[in-house]
Amino acid sequence: MDMPAKAKQFPLPSSLKVVPGTERAQAAYPYYTQFEAADDQRFWFYNSMHFPEPMAAFDMVTAEAAYCALGSSNTRVQCLPTTLGIDHRIINGRVYIGGNAVTDPAQIARRLEEFKQRAFYYYANWERLYDQWRQKMMALINAAQALPTPYLPEFEPLANVHAGRGIAANHTLLDTYQKTLEGYFRMWHHHFEFLLLGYGAYLTFFDFCKKAFPEITDQTIARMVAGIEAEIFRPDDELRRLARCAVELGIDPHFGKQLSATQLIETLRTEGEAGRAWLKELEISRHPWFNINVGDGFYHYHRAWNDDLSMPFASLPDYIARVKAGESLHRPVEKLLEERKQLIEDYRELLITEEERGAYDQMITLAHRVFPYVEGHKFYCEHWYTNLFFNKIREFGVLLAQHEFFGDAEDVFQLTHYELESAIIDLMTAWSNGSAPRGPGHWPKLVAERRAAIREWAKHETPPALGVVPDVIDDPAIVMLWGITRESLDAWLSTGADSDPNELKGFAACRGVVEGTARIVKSVDEISRLQKGDILVCQVTNPTWAPIFGKIAAAVSDIGGSMSHAAIVAREYGLPAVVGTGNGTSRIKDGQRIRVDGGRGIVTILG
Amino acid sequence: MVGWFAELGLADRPQVGGKGGSLGELARAGIAVPPGFVVKTAAFERFLEAAENEAPVRALIESVDPDSLADVTALSRQLRARVEAAPLPQDLAGAIERAYGKLNESHQAAVAVRSSATTEDAADASFAGLQDTYLWVQSLEQTLDKVRSCWGSLYSVESITYRRRHQFAERDVAMAVVVQTMVDARTAGVMFTRSPLTGDRSVMAIEGSWGLGSAVVGGEVTPDRWVIGKITGEISVREISDKQIRHVPLNEGGIQSVAVDESQRQIPCMSDVELEALRIVGRKVERHYGRPQDIEWAVDRHSGAILLLQSRPETVWSSREAAPVGRPAEDPSLHVLKIFGGFTR
Repeated sequence: MDMPAKAKQFPLPSSLKVVPGTERAQAAYPYYTQFEAADDQRFWFYNSMHFPEPMAAFDMVTAEAAYCALGSSNTRVQCLPTTLGIDHRIINGRVYIGGNAVTDPAQIARRLEEFKQRAFYYYANWERLYDQWRQKMMALINAAQALPTPYLPEFEPLANVHAGRGIAANHTLLDTYQKTLEGYFRMWHHHFEFLLLGYGAYLTFFDFCKKAFPEITDQTIARMVAGIEAEIFRPDDELRRLARCAVELGIDPHFGKQLSATQLIETLRTEGEAGRAWLKELEISRHPWFNINVGDGFYHYHRAWNDDLSMPFASLPDYIARVKAGESLHRPVEKLLEERKQLIEDYRELLITEEERGAYDQMITLAHRVFPYVEGHKFYCEHWYTNLFFNKIREFGVLLAQHEFFGDAEDVFQLTHYELESAIIDLMTAWSNGSAPRGPGHWPKLVAERRAAIREWAKHETPPALGVVPDVIDDPAIVMLWGITRESLDAWLSTGADSDPNELKGFAACRGVVEGTARIVKSVDEISRLQKGDILVCQVTNPTWAPIFGKIAAAVSDIGGSMSHAAIVAREYGLPAVVGTGNGTSRIKDGQRIRVDGGRGIVTILG
Repeated sequence: MVGWFAELGLADRPQVGGKGGSLGELARAGIAVPPGFVVKTAAFERFLEAAENEAPVRALIESVDPDSLADVTALSRQLRARVEAAPLPQDLAGAIERAYGKLNESHQAAVAVRSSATTEDAADASFAGLQDTYLWVQSLEQTLDKVRSCWGSLYSVESITYRRRHQFAERDVAMAVVVQTMVDARTAGVMFTRSPLTGDRSVMAIEGSWGLGSAVVGGEVTPDRWVIGKITGEISVREISDKQIRHVPLNEGGIQSVAVDESQRQIPCMSDVELEALRIVGRKVERHYGRPQDIEWAVDRHSGAILLLQSRPETVWSSREAAPVGRPAEDPSLHVLKIFGGFTR
């Protein structure tokens, strides 16, 4: 959509039209997510950070469950003084969100008193509560793993009858589905139990550093706070371990034969003791560390390493070669910790007064206290649990496809979670009665229509924001989670006025200037196209991509901030990177020569 | 009457002036500076004593009206002529000759001869820029001449006016002279060990251009500019400018401005490795003095070594330190209200 260069506001929600021909697909989203007239009075922005592509109907549950949990934590549990939750709306498959700020001073004061009793308790008892959190989360994961695969036998198994179970397999279907959904909503509550408090403590330190050292870079502050042994580094650490194992066991030649993951596993299984020993090590690594998906957990098609071993296996030949060249591939944890400590001390020394040093010490201590959660939760929530969730839904897809509801099991994700429940009830009713389900006559047409709509929506740009720009953005949740400020909105509004068409700006993630050939990689299947020295251009960089970081010269992503995991991992590997360019994958063409300036956050298209 | 840099420090400023004391202090701290010696104030006193014996000097200055430009100009002309023409006492000339000879045993002949007034660079009364510096001085004879010229610069119109306006007692005013090997600079410039823009103490700003540093200091060229993280070494700003001229030494002494070769104009005059080396030096100097510094530096064309020509305390931001950025809180959790409490960020 074109916008006048000097517009004081973004288009109103009511002026944003559903793409013609996709009205029915749009109507599939729940009524409470559709824009209404009153929404013109509010400010909305496109959450391209979490939802960079049009969302399939089922995947919308990731927005709904997340905002439900975020909002309750802010509004009712921790009682953040100045902000409530975040509303979301969907149009053309895009998720727009708007914050609810608290502006009445009396309300703020009242909430502040509540906040101190709640949040401060969390800060004071962080380790104990976080330890409890891990136990809750593992219990949730175990419960999800224990759910049965949806299945409808011709006759109820005799054992169930003799046991007097009293419920039939079709009820188990509904039970499993509802538990799956319930567990997913619950997981998001756990996700937000600590998150805002964690970000807040981190930002407190960040804010102090920016005032004390106005020209300090975001990366430097991040380096002072970031953990060294976070869960997020484990999957890649495991790959390095497996590479060392392969060399020690003498089976490394198999990895140079360009075999697929399946062929390789089959070869090793039949190649004697050493091969089987390595496969045993592989299993140890896979559970749980390959429960990591190639996205950020918001799209059903971002599959986990465990579901598609081609991704982790692609990096093994490189790692094996490095082991054979004498590298240990161990991350120098001690050294990294020492460097972090030195960095903190060196900046401390630059402060002028003892008072400032005292405040600095308190804030960095608090930031270190909360940060393991900020870094660690994603592995459990957005990766491990989310994979289990989508895979369970996928199992329902398989069952429904067997009963001809869909041509393809993946079609299940074209239904909202309400619709899926109705399809399951349709199937269980038909199974009960010995009649034919209605679904096969109902869903295929809708699925086709919705798939076409998503393809169509993807072709259309959507405005970065809608409605009237607020004078100040004082909503800590919006500032923290999306990095949106009045300045960034002004920058969005002026896009196109005086910007260089060959220049893209993003967050400086890891310094270094590199020129090379751009490779637009939109899915894991395309990973093999990357040649040594290429520059990876993708929508989201993610810890999962770390194994290919040794091969590429730089990385550019559409989404992510300087504290995103992509940025943390890039720094870890010393890979020049610019994240959060907004639209790098659409503006840069595959094969173009580009320059990445990771220190300034600028990508230049050279032609 | 003569002291080598390595023997001197800031505490010797009354005898060697601000510049001499600073160079001595740097040399002692293990920072590479172009080697040299200082003709101490005692030498000046000795010289002036001889001059006063012929005709008064200090009394004339103390009685001149600083508001009468004509009077000051006439006096300046008279005194400078006298100083520059007066013969050096034999023992003094001998001492300088021996030191000059020693400097030339291991180094090339060209030297810089710099005024180093005793009160120069002092925070209370900056004389900076009021005294002369002579670059690329080629011989002992010229060196001896320029030492007297430096002494004479104490009697420039500006200097006399400045001292009278500030009512300095003439007997407290003395001049030391630094004689230092000239650096044939490939690149030279200045460095602030804090941001000149924001006062941030965690970054350093470096400006440099091709040739001798006088082109940068004198504002005759737009230098390349970098901002470097003092601790991280991260280069956050790189502005490579079109460097049209550079200063080079003249064979007959002095310097001249020449055009920079077309191919060199728009390429960085410092490599990242050199910037990193400069950062390390800057940090060392700052730590030595315990406060941010304003530094002049050069890269030797032949050896590639980075040498410091001068380091002074930074004065602009230091004189207006802001209120503390934070204070310790009784409960550390209270700090988060900055973010959550609805205060403007």
